[in-house]
Amino acid sequence: MVHQTRDIKELERIATLIRLRIVQMVGVGQRGHLGGSCSAADIVTALYFAKMHHDPTDPNWPDRDRFLLSKGHSALAQYAALAEWSYFPKEESKKVKTLGAMLQGHPDRLKTPGIEANTGSLGQGISIACGMAAGLKIDGRRSRVYCILGDGEVAEGQVWEASHAASIYKLDNLVAILDNNGLMATAPIAKRYNTAPYPEKWRAFGWHVLEIDGHDMAAILEALDSVDQIRGKPKLIVAHTIKGAGISFAENRPEFHNGILNAEQYAQACRELGADPAAAMEG
Amino acid sequence: MKMQNPREVYGRTLVELGRENPDVVVLEADLGKSTMTCYFEEAFPERFFEMGIGEANMTSFAAGLSLAGKIPYTNSFAVFAAGRSFDQIRQGICIPKLNVKIVGSSAGLSDYGDGSSHQTVEDVAIMRAIPNLTVLVPADAGETRRMTRAIAAYHGPVYMRITRNDLPDVTTEDAPFEIGKPGLIRDGKDVVVFAMGQMVSESLRAAESLETRGVSLRVVNVSTLKPVDEAALKVFARGMKGIVTAEEHSLIGGLASVITFAFRGCGIPIQCVGIEDQFGQSAQNYQQLQEAYGLTAEHIAFCAMETNVGKTVTTAEV
Repeated sequence: MVHQTRDIKELERIATLIRLRIVQMVGVGQRGHLGGSCSAADIVTALYFAKMHHDPTDPNWPDRDRFLLSKGHSALAQYAALAEWSYFPKEESKKVKTLGAMLQGHPDRLKTPGIEANTGSLGQGISIACGMAAGLKIDGRRSRVYCILGDGEVAEGQVWEASHAASIYKLDNLVAILDNNGLMATAPIAKRYNTAPYPEKWRAFGWHVLEIDGHDMAAILEALDSVDQIRGKPKLIVAHTIKGAGISFAENRPEFHNGILNAEQYAQACRELGADPAAAMEG
Repeated sequence: MKMQNPREVYGRTLVELGRENPDVVVLEADLGKSTMTCYFEEAFPERFFEMGIGEANMTSFAAGLSLAGKIPYTNSFAVFAAGRSFDQIRQGICIPKLNVKIVGSSAGLSDYGDGSSHQTVEDVAIMRAIPNLTVLVPADAGETRRMTRAIAAYHGPVYMRITRNDLPDVTTEDAPFEIGKPGLIRDGKDVVVFAMGQMVSESLRAAESLETRGVSLRVVNVSTLKPVDEAALKVFARGMKGIVTAEEHSLIGGLASVITFAFRGCGIPIQCVGIEDQFGQSAQNYQQLQEAYGLTAEHIAFCAMETNVGKTVTTAEV
């Protein structure tokens, strides 16, 4: 049984496990969003296993913190965390993206316990997070809303509509984390459609902005804790990450945005994540 | 018949709802003095969200508010509420069946001066195509009020289309609005007119004009465009020789689609009054557009005469 922890080594171990689960869900010969799921894995781990108040036995607990994946295509990272917490039986992970499955290609709150919103059409999750944060404020709840954005997603105009709204409505219960892995689906952002610089843009929109190494667990926790003290404005943590982090051949490779692993690659990924490939395949 | 403005009544009804239910919240995209959410803003500033001219964000923001237990009403002109926010309505609201009410104001050709960019001929079609979404078009101010209240009590996504025009009262207080139920406005013996919104009152005028010519029209208000209660529609066609549909909307995807589909295979003559596959345009008043697009009592009467040749359809056939 998993539990919340502040032990950095333990969190790093969990993050590696989350990556292994992502690889297992991608499997062999099927397309899966490996790259963006792995770049967000440490952040997702820090939120679900250290920071957020949540209760797997009561996914609708009104005072829970909310987690939204505005970059909904990285759902495998969230599914892995939810599965470890037993929001649903672990067997569901084996059926991901199959006909009738609880675990869809993108987050679906009606199908999957623990999913807060339907995201995946990029730019919308951050707006939904804003509305949720505003609603929680009306009721005087202390819950926080955490929302992971993709850097490719930043090209969506709605991200900036939402960024205005968050600042205008002083949504200081909203923490956005930009998974700044530097790759859009097809190429490096800096070369193809450069939406940077991010901190300057969000500061101009009235947000409190921090920059961290998104794979440094201690730094992630410190950033998440430090923004709790900021009142009167929304917060953005720009997390510098590596797409495909943790799997050497997938790191910084656009083809693993939604790529296919062959049997050899699957085995190598498992070994790099400390698992026996045959055992991993069995689940 | 007494004339009233549906959007005015809508705005006042939101205040009633706000008073009765602290969970009702209202979002606006900088058109509050047209959509008449200004009354709610004045009464409940802490539950009113000015979202600026950003309909996409407004719509997804409303999804978030509903996930926090609120009952949000989003407001803009119909062309933006439905058109600019199509994907937000589809993805974030209708797939998860969230309790968001999307209200499209100044719908149809009623924003006559602003032309095709601000008029909407296709909102009902695109909203009807989205699974899980209830689509409503009130026929007058009284029904607007009852509908605005009914959708607060209904848990799920709703699109409601409101005209900018004053409309004559055609429904009565003692006819409670129920989602899905068509309502009899005037009984007749020969031809049934299924009408939507503004065209219900035009259909009544058509019925009056045909009375002297010996043709008796039954007028039915179809204010729920989805979900469709086919059985209820068929009850109104029993004993009729023909059917006319009348809508201030494209003939594609709106009421004509609802009725022709509902009566598929019945063999009863059907004529459809609506906007051919084209956009609106600017005019100096609404009547000019009605005439230019054939959205008149005269056109309805003409179509009714055309269908009045059919044999009487028996209960078994419909």
